[in-house]
Amino acid sequence: MEILLAILIGAAFGFVLDRVGATNPNYIIRMLNLSNLHLMKTILAGIGVASIFLFGGLLLGLVDPGHLSVKTAYLGVFIGGLLLGLGFAVAGYCPGTGLTALATGRVDALFFVIGGLVGAGAYMLTYAGIAETGLLESIAGGKATLAPVSGADYPSLLSGVAGEWLGIGIGVAFVLIAWVLPGRIGTANKHAVPAE
Amino acid sequence: MTSWQHVPLPWKAGGLALGLVFFLAVALVKPIGVSTQFVILDGILWDAAVPTVVVPSEDAKSGYSSTNPYLDKSGGKYAKNVANPLNYSFVFVIAMMVGAFVSAILRGGVARDERAMPPVWRANFGDSVGKRYVATFFAGFLVLYGARLAGGCTSGHMMSGMMQTAVSGYIFSAGAFLIGIPAALYLFRKEG
Repeated sequence: MEILLAILIGAAFGFVLDRVGATNPNYIIRMLNLSNLHLMKTILAGIGVASIFLFGGLLLGLVDPGHLSVKTAYLGVFIGGLLLGLGFAVAGYCPGTGLTALATGRVDALFFVIGGLVGAGAYMLTYAGIAETGLLESIAGGKATLAPVSGADYPSLLSGVAGEWLGIGIGVAFVLIAWVLPGRIGTANKHAVPAE
Repeated sequence: MTSWQHVPLPWKAGGLALGLVFFLAVALVKPIGVSTQFVILDGILWDAAVPTVVVPSEDAKSGYSSTNPYLDKSGGKYAKNVANPLNYSFVFVIAMMVGAFVSAILRGGVARDERAMPPVWRANFGDSVGKRYVATFFAGFLVLYGARLAGGCTSGHMMSGMMQTAVSGYIFSAGAFLIGIPAALYLFRKEG
């Protein structure tokens, strides 16, 4: 049963990634250089919609709080984010969109995926040394959410606020930000290359 | 073409579809994540070459242990998935690639002149295919090394993390955009 769900949800995810343009590095790069925020609006709306449905479902008892999986916060999360951000900008691919772009026939994505396998392998080999540096020690409450979610066993930064309602509020905020975000920001990259 | 076939989808339709997939994944099983599977595939290849890398172990919580400390961590959780690739997360990622392939076929595939590099790259760095492939190889290295150091990627931390109001998701996203946006502004001054 679980494998069937892996196939169905996985296929739906890959299909949607391609349909929203996320398998196209041109959209990712132009999101990051702020010259076309279409994909940014899609992603923000996606996070918002997912959050509203998730916390709404939790409130209504339709979603099992045991299905939540909150990752630990540690300094390496931030440093890893920085490293990923640089590669994300250069390639226009992240792990999921690199693999799906490869599946759509993009050859540069093949080199990205091979580099990714080498990079993941390098982390496997350096993990023991990284762990000794303290970069993987929990910060900000460890596996924490912003506010407590009932039925889930995670610490939270805030108390006195229901995590479900905060989650819905943040979800609505993400959708609103997507709504008001302009199609592009700034003029630095304004001038299009003339057609040749 | 009817409107749902337009790629990219309008952001409202695309955001709704993307959000529903991320929600359904949590409601039915668990949050979506991708980057761990690069480690699992590495482990499968490594174990195929050196069969002693992952071995069954009665002492390990997962039933498997590894000579590699990363595969061995958390009671051999990754070691177990290396030994049994037909697990939810690995099959999910393969299915994800099939889903993208089907979508691409239905919309006529990627134009031949875009398969090596996107127009925005061509506008800034020229037509050299080798330059693009070397750059994406090193970018892939950075992205996956970073994702593993962070314990997740754009899917696991940014989308799945922030939708659950996970503090780690916000920390990761701040790091990714703090470098990603200035780097792209610096590298890609011309539009494609």
